[in-house]
Amino acid sequence: MPDEVNTEFKWVGKRNPRPDGVDKVTGRAKYGADLYLPGMLVGKTLRSPHAHARIKSIDTSKAKALAGVKAVVTSADFPAIPKPPGPHGPMISDFRDNSMNMMARDKVLYDGHPVAAVAATSEKIARQALKLIEVDYEVLPHVIDPVEAMKPDAPILHDDQVTEGEDEKTAKPSNVYRIPRAQKGDVEKGFAEADLVIEREFTTKAVHQGYIEPHACVAQASDDGVELFCSTQGQYVDRGSCAKLLGLDISKIRVTSSEIGGGFGGKIPIYSEPVAIRLAQLARRPVKMVMSRDEVFRATGPTSGAHVRIKIGAKKDGTITAAEGEMTYQAGAFKGASIGAAMNCMFSPYDLENIHVWGYDVCVNRPKVAAYRAPGVPMAAFGVEGVINELADELGIDRVDLRLINAAKEGTQNVMGMKYGPIGFQEMLEKMKAHPHYNAPLGENQGRGLAAGYWLHAGGMSCASVNVSDDGTVTLIEGNPDIGGSRASMAAMVAEELGIDYNKVRPIISDTSSLGFTFLTAGSRVTFATGMACVLAARNAIKVACDRAAQMWGVSEEEVVWEDGHARPAGANVGDHEPMSLAEIAAKAPMTGGPIAGHAEINATGQGPATGAHLVDVEVDRESGHVKVLRYTVFQDVGRAISPDYVEGQLQGGAVQGIGWALNEEYIYDDKGRLENPGFLDYRVPVASDVPMIDVCMIEVPNPNHPYGVRGVGETPIVPPQAAVANAVENAVGLRFRDLPVSPPKIRKAIKDAGG
Amino acid sequence: MAKTHVTTTINGDETEFLCETEQTLLDVLRDELHMTGTKEGCGTGDCGACSVTMDGRLICSCLVLGVETHGHKIETIEGMADGDALHPLQRNFIDMAALQCGICTPGVLVAAKNLLEKNPDPSETEVRFWLAGNLCRCTGYDKIIRAVMETAAEMRGA
Amino acid sequence: MADIQYQAPEDLAAASALLAGAGGKARILAGGTDLLVQMKFDVVEPTLLIDIKNIAETRTIAEEDGGFRVGAAVPGAELGEDAALAAAWPGVVEAAELIGSTQVQGRASLGGNLCNASPAADSVPAMIAAGAVARVIGPDGQRDVAVEDIATGPGKTSLASGEIVASIFLPKRPANSGDAYLRFIPRTEMDIAVVGVGISLSLDGDGVCTAARVGLGAVAPTALLVDAAADALIGSKLDEAAMDNLAAAVSAACSPIDDKRGTVEFRTDIAGVLARRVASIAFTRAGK
Repeated sequence: MPDEVNTEFKWVGKRNPRPDGVDKVTGRAKYGADLYLPGMLVGKTLRSPHAHARIKSIDTSKAKALAGVKAVVTSADFPAIPKPPGPHGPMISDFRDNSMNMMARDKVLYDGHPVAAVAATSEKIARQALKLIEVDYEVLPHVIDPVEAMKPDAPILHDDQVTEGEDEKTAKPSNVYRIPRAQKGDVEKGFAEADLVIEREFTTKAVHQGYIEPHACVAQASDDGVELFCSTQGQYVDRGSCAKLLGLDISKIRVTSSEIGGGFGGKIPIYSEPVAIRLAQLARRPVKMVMSRDEVFRATGPTSGAHVRIKIGAKKDGTITAAEGEMTYQAGAFKGASIGAAMNCMFSPYDLENIHVWGYDVCVNRPKVAAYRAPGVPMAAFGVEGVINELADELGIDRVDLRLINAAKEGTQNVMGMKYGPIGFQEMLEKMKAHPHYNAPLGENQGRGLAAGYWLHAGGMSCASVNVSDDGTVTLIEGNPDIGGSRASMAAMVAEELGIDYNKVRPIISDTSSLGFTFLTAGSRVTFATGMACVLAARNAIKVACDRAAQMWGVSEEEVVWEDGHARPAGANVGDHEPMSLAEIAAKAPMTGGPIAGHAEINATGQGPATGAHLVDVEVDRESGHVKVLRYTVFQDVGRAISPDYVEGQLQGGAVQGIGWALNEEYIYDDKGRLENPGFLDYRVPVASDVPMIDVCMIEVPNPNHPYGVRGVGETPIVPPQAAVANAVENAVGLRFRDLPVSPPKIRKAIKDAGG
Repeated sequence: MAKTHVTTTINGDETEFLCETEQTLLDVLRDELHMTGTKEGCGTGDCGACSVTMDGRLICSCLVLGVETHGHKIETIEGMADGDALHPLQRNFIDMAALQCGICTPGVLVAAKNLLEKNPDPSETEVRFWLAGNLCRCTGYDKIIRAVMETAAEMRGA
Repeated sequence: MADIQYQAPEDLAAASALLAGAGGKARILAGGTDLLVQMKFDVVEPTLLIDIKNIAETRTIAEEDGGFRVGAAVPGAELGEDAALAAAWPGVVEAAELIGSTQVQGRASLGGNLCNASPAADSVPAMIAAGAVARVIGPDGQRDVAVEDIATGPGKTSLASGEIVASIFLPKRPANSGDAYLRFIPRTEMDIAVVGVGISLSLDGDGVCTAARVGLGAVAPTALLVDAAADALIGSKLDEAAMDNLAAAVSAACSPIDDKRGTVEFRTDIAGVLARRVASIAFTRAGK
């Protein structure tokens, strides 16, 4: 357990019980599939069994004729969206792609691609109806691997896609959507100055976010408008997407986010939601659509599998002189692999003069990738940290020392030109070296690995309202689905500002019609950006409360201050007025001008990046290649932990997802391009018996741009584990591993090939 | 329609329902009885989100048919608290932050309660293996295991 | 989609008659942990489910002739709770307890594991090693069949129309006997065996192996009884040479496939590794 760092606050930094805890431990909390409405129909999706095929025809007549079937839709029931003009920014938002991913138009592009959907009075009838839909496919050659997909004779997914920068009229269609690039300094010069240059290739497999709650939604529609209840990381973004894909006014759609059973980035995109709305419009009844687990694996966002080439040069003293990274990422069926974030983050724990990074965003016949926790970064960091560990060994420098020599600090500028404010990376590495874990003895066949990681973090738009009731209790309304305890942090910051009891603040997640736009629960932005909006809303409420006290005391606003939950005279010369609590002021609100509330609408900037480093011990069964994780310690600069319990939880959860990614998780396709392991039986996420306790060492270097120093914490912890675990296996068996997952057959084969 | 009439006891209450043969106990709990505390994560017995007990035996409700429960006693998450008084496991899960998104929580709680009834003093390894069929993707299991161990100690009066 | 009928007869004859009368469209429902998943994915589309759990014989564990008769539908969790059975056949019990999670243990049975006829079934190599015999009830009465003769291929059995496995008999065995089962999986739980090895052996007063049976899973279309592997142990004190011969015989018996769970090379290799470890555990148990 980490030390309690904050002592100067009453609620911030404390282990407050979460406001939604009782509902979640008693089964009362309503998740995406938990809503039942009168007359509700069951919606089901027909999906492509082929990796790549032209749809010659779809005949839904038999399905429509089946008793109990109330609506059937295909792409013909959705507006065709024209190709948007390029080039796209780093975040691609191409609604034509989204529309075609939601429901295939001319071609199916992956196993699981939706081609039609039905709404029926029962699950059984809906399933039967899907079997009655006749789709005539012309099966086309497919391509699964991005390196294969870049070859000149590869099957082309999109005939109208040329590589960005090429002339659309003359260039040949390509699976490569774009080749983003970033540079700093002069790498050629840097490599020339190096005493040692190591260049290695690494591969990682596509892995899934693996949230336990499948995608689920309930839609209702009439001419008045649309109601959508769904499990999402962003009800406002969902609303905008549904409006675009259905040709509706945004204001006609109200999206209510359910409790969300995990997302990790995978519940940012929309999938069934517009389909459910369309079915509800046609059937004039509510429609529920819940994905089965195999649909989740086959058709929702895994992250990219990747080929990564890393080249790093260093002097004998350990100074890195140049670093280069080339990434080839699977985008899936539509463009948009997270290469930009990878370029931004992969070398960013370090203060380097010369960097060159670029990557290929490659379409292949797999589901369109979605964000997965620090999207794009773990695959690149796996290569970078692997090479740094090898450099350390070759140079005879301790692995932490080599990182310390090159560590980023305040003032360091990364490859994107971002200049760091206060950053705790060096302090963290010192803590790692001093930690008992670092020098604990290891037994036979045991090894210790380490790696670092970085995430850039996001700000963005958020709204919040603080409404004070006449008994002085507070309803806090904000717009981010609470995926891991964020309500507790919001309530703590607002209670701290108002000076009232934490339990007197009731945080509520708004629907899209009850509060202004709030961006996604993603990018480790919520406690930073929405937290800032909550703090500002509280401060605005305090202004109103002070104003009311001033009125009652007959003094000016400036003569009232808010301290310790009370309006007080700002000085002795203001007069002798008894301090008034929020409750006392609120009780008099009807006589002083009406309800007391504060609101904030912001576009938050100034997010602080977070660095982390992980230390892990494993034991390898040399005869079978089985890896047991023995001990694990996460170090991270968390800015300030508003809710230490949930910050620890983020670090622990990210580490274990990374362990799964490192050891056993992978998408496996057969030679026809069909996913072979669309279930938790063979897509092997870590189970409770696979992992030890995950120790946490939080370093708090507050972000000066947030009222409570928040940095955001959720993504960084998934960046180091892949390289750290692989490094531990290397350390245990004395061989290098550069292909994830480091699964038993690979380890066993490597040991055998080495004569063991 | 050939639905079967089934009489069970759910959380102590005699409960009757009609179901089709292929409807699982999970389908019945959720779709027929609207007891949505029991969650569906996979429908194939691989995630444990739908854990309930039948005659005191821990099972996945997605792997038992509704018709098979005739005459049996089912306990679900909805029956775990005694009115407003939370079970010590529920209280400790909140106090020790053993949940993040909370979707696996009902299943984990039902499974952990069943463990502590059979083994009041489990080792960490025993807890981990007992709960190996309850996937959690958020917590990395650390705080879950700690909360179960702490509750066991508390309930032993340690 | 026709309605699926459900019947829960209270005696085996009635169950057998229902099965025989359904013309191949009926399925026996024991624990259901495989069947319900297969139905969900339309792998099987029965019109009748015959639940055998209301039949006393399928739900009881009884000592018989110094051995144990285990009802085909007794869930795995109950096997482990039967102290006498667990002491007599620890390998069979530990194999049964490896099937799935705690939750699955609450339902999954030896009879179901056997009749589902997966080559990777955990309990089957252990039962083969134990010399277990399935009691089969059919329209023509009952017959006893060695468990290794039940499965004929993935998902296929030698059971004739109307035949039901009612119980498994684990025979009495001599003093100084022991059995064990290990499987290889990538995680620590919840996986299907990549390879499974069950060994049962008996020792004489000097610690020399006088009898052995070796069962092998997930390396061929059915679980195998490997006589050559047993021969490698018989007459030895499980010295290094005998263990080498065992591993070689086991690996030689493997004819696995490459699939999402393992490669031919890995499975063949690991089978030998596991066999040594299993033999060693069984040897220690026999010596106690």
